Amino acid sequence: MTIPLDPSLAPPGTRNFRDAGGIPADKWHADQNGETLVPTHCCFCGVQCGMYLRVDKGGKVFGVEPRNHDINRMRLCPKGINAYQQVNHPDRLTAPLMRRSRDEEFREVSWDEALDFTVSEIKRIQSAYGNDAFGLLGGASLFSEKTYLVGKFARIALKSKHVDYNGRLCMVSAAGANKLAFGIDRAGNPFSDILLTDCLLIAGSNVGECFPVMTQYLWGARDRGASLIVIDPRETAIARTADIHVALKPGTDAAFFNAVLHVIVKENLTDEDFLAAHCTGWDEVKAKVAEYTPERAAEICGIPASQVVQVARTFAAADKAMAWHARGIEHHSQGVENCLTVINLCAATGNIGKPGAGYGTITGQGNGQGGREHGQKSDLLPGGRSILNEEHRRQICEIWGIEESELPTAGTSMMEMIWQMQRREIRGLIGICNNPFVSLPNYAVVKDGYDTAEFHAQFDFFLSETAANAHVVFPVTTWAEDEGVMANAEARVVKHNKAQEPPAGVRTDTWVICELARRLGAGDKFAFPDSRSVFEELRVASAGTVNDYYGITYERLEETGGIAWPCPSTDHPGTPRLFEDGRTYHPDGTIHMQVVDWHAPMDPYDDDHPMSLTTGRTVAHFLSGNQTRRLGGLVEQTPRPWVEVHPSHGFKSGDPVRVVTRRGSEVFPALVTEAIRPDTVFIPYHWPVPTAANALTIDALDPRSKIPEYKVCACRIEAADRIDEVPAPPTAPGHQAYPETQVSRTDPLPPTSPQGRGTADRS
Amino acid sequence: MMGKTIFIDPGRCIGCQACVSACRECDSHRGKSMIHLDYTDPGQSVASLPTVCMHCEDPVAPCAEVCPADAILITADGVVQQADTTRCIGCSNCVNACPFGVPKIDLQAKLQMKCNLCYDRTAYGLAPMCATVCPTGALFYGTLEELQAERPGVQVADSFAFGDVVVKTGVAMVVPADKVQWPVPGGLPVVEVNGVDVR
Repeated sequence: MTIPLDPSLAPPGTRNFRDAGGIPADKWHADQNGETLVPTHCCFCGVQCGMYLRVDKGGKVFGVEPRNHDINRMRLCPKGINAYQQVNHPDRLTAPLMRRSRDEEFREVSWDEALDFTVSEIKRIQSAYGNDAFGLLGGASLFSEKTYLVGKFARIALKSKHVDYNGRLCMVSAAGANKLAFGIDRAGNPFSDILLTDCLLIAGSNVGECFPVMTQYLWGARDRGASLIVIDPRETAIARTADIHVALKPGTDAAFFNAVLHVIVKENLTDEDFLAAHCTGWDEVKAKVAEYTPERAAEICGIPASQVVQVARTFAAADKAMAWHARGIEHHSQGVENCLTVINLCAATGNIGKPGAGYGTITGQGNGQGGREHGQKSDLLPGGRSILNEEHRRQICEIWGIEESELPTAGTSMMEMIWQMQRREIRGLIGICNNPFVSLPNYAVVKDGYDTAEFHAQFDFFLSETAANAHVVFPVTTWAEDEGVMANAEARVVKHNKAQEPPAGVRTDTWVICELARRLGAGDKFAFPDSRSVFEELRVASAGTVNDYYGITYERLEETGGIAWPCPSTDHPGTPRLFEDGRTYHPDGTIHMQVVDWHAPMDPYDDDHPMSLTTGRTVAHFLSGNQTRRLGGLVEQTPRPWVEVHPSHGFKSGDPVRVVTRRGSEVFPALVTEAIRPDTVFIPYHWPVPTAANALTIDALDPRSKIPEYKVCACRIEAADRIDEVPAPPTAPGHQAYPETQVSRTDPLPPTSPQGRGTADRS
Repeated sequence: MMGKTIFIDPGRCIGCQACVSACRECDSHRGKSMIHLDYTDPGQSVASLPTVCMHCEDPVAPCAEVCPADAILITADGVVQQADTTRCIGCSNCVNACPFGVPKIDLQAKLQMKCNLCYDRTAYGLAPMCATVCPTGALFYGTLEELQAERPGVQVADSFAFGDVVVKTGVAMVVPADKVQWPVPGGLPVVEVNGVDVR
């Protein structure tokens, strides 16, 4: 059994913090206004910071208070601090919207009318074109209970193989690599292990903006003398102070990591004892990396060869080294292989399964990890079982009470489903908690796919760009109006608690899914009154699998700071750190090292498109911005996208710059900075057309993970005469756009900082 | 320097503005942030630093000294409070006097507002909101000993040179370990100002 982590491990500066706990935040007036604090977690990224929601005596959420939770120790980023504002936001959808064709305007209808129309369209499409002509796209911001329901609903109620989720755009490359190498799909170490490391390598992750709260662990390690290596084409806030910053050309990561391992082999810095005892495939990997000299990597990656040597020596010399990566190396047509090269590096130096030594992937979405564990991904069944494995199919059919012949086989991935909609293979779709109009690459293809679909329904609590194109929109709850669990980037399962009743007219996703199932004739399999009842079935359905949740209960989660799976029994402490017994989850117990050969990105460079376009996040916004682009403080902080260009191109900050790729062109204000490579430009991706980075990105996919190659495509930049204006977020008929977000949104100027942040005070 | 105070470490600032958002949530001036976030070298670097009220000690709070209505009070522990709403006349003298550009005036309400070191929180043993949430520890709340226990070898300065005037503050700044420690205009060492050795 794994030993629980030392609870005294805490990031710097947090030991003496006192949590408000039962004391209401506004202590001066608490007695008068009857304020209470509800402990829960942030709804946004994969760190899952603990927080209290402040609730007034009328039962309404009105504020936030830091919480001394194990993960974040009171720390919060601006998204977390502002998140509560969306709970009672005037843009909330409070009645189902419906129209029979896209030529009509939405009208508010009763729940019965919206549900009846949706069910009649499902039945019409499936009877005419087959069950697989109707698909379901879920989301990784949903609680795990809901993702379990999405997978079960698709297979049992819809009887369709076409179900996938927007985590497909997030960390599936890392998941694929981890499964290949270790037989388990999760990070190997908890965040607190970072405090114990001697060398931290961060690849393709702008931690300061995407996972700000994780930086406290990073600084905790550095206070102890750990070195920091950052691999990123941009000089991000953490790269600025790193010991080594490697600004390689986008799409060259595999060549770089192969070359680093080349140097480690050449200088006899490998851990041969560890390799012999715990790894297979090393000989083949060693032969392959012999081809990647530092000089060859320097040419491919556009960096000095000396940096390759410097990284190799620093990483290999550390007593305990860790590597964490994110979308920067995962969003590629060889995303899985990029992650495998990092795993090879950790394995070859013996940095696996020890305190302060290991690997991790930094999850973008709140439940990016848990969102696929219980059957929402096209090829997975609950407990991470494979839908193609006979034994796994039999097990889950027994739990669900269906015949194996009734269980569909594997469907396709999110982007492939859009292509199938274009080809009329999929004619109807339900989307839950996702916004592909902003989040998928190659917007023109995505729009065409949805426009071709005969019917489209969407669940959301704000009218997203995708929902605005639907036939039916179901108004559902926010994270503060329901309870459920999420698994963060460490695979730590945490519980979100209900802080207020939903507004009138709003239902939980669970209720809507179960009601649709009932009307489709599968009500007996969906008799779930609440999240807890779903979780109890999920626990049982995961028992005995690698993703074992059986020992996790709501009560245990409320008593602890969260429990990392696998957790097979209710007296098991969970498994925050993997492989401590020296065994992986492959039957032979070894790390399966994989040979990787670098290949160029899928969008070729030529005279017309000589530069790289790369994309990413800004700290104030989350994913497609459907939530954060409505919150005044966050809009004020980063009102619009821009294009980061190197001074060598001759632009001044604020100049209109047209970025042209083979998919299209858009005009952004230039943000001229030396923090980016001269051959690369960067656009943040949270906005819709005509200011959408994803109107320009390529829909090439990694062949194994099917993740799109967001992080590199060929482009050119040219001077333009006007800047494309940011459109207001869509709202329901009769609702005006929230005025607080409008003033700064129309500002044509780029932000004043290279990282896209406006000044704190414009008044 | 006060017992428990805020230490600003610009080297750790990631410019995320969590402090700005958190300050906006603080109950003493809810809806308005009293923190400045500055970018020191835009175009060349992503470096940034937050500025809270520095709670000047010597000369004692220039903002309070110039207040014609005696609206800005200083508590026994050195915290320079925001203007008393029953006294403030919104004249902006404090804005002009502050060497750090901290106080703000709500012109409609004719009221001054500024950081009061979250007195509503610190009185209950809680840290100020900005330092509580700061993801990197660029804003640290505690004693100098607590800071040094967390960050071995850290050096701080609490004196800032403005021309030939040196202001000693209650809030301190982390400075590069290999530099002369004080006074520190913007974090850089100055040992001589206008030909005068100000040490």
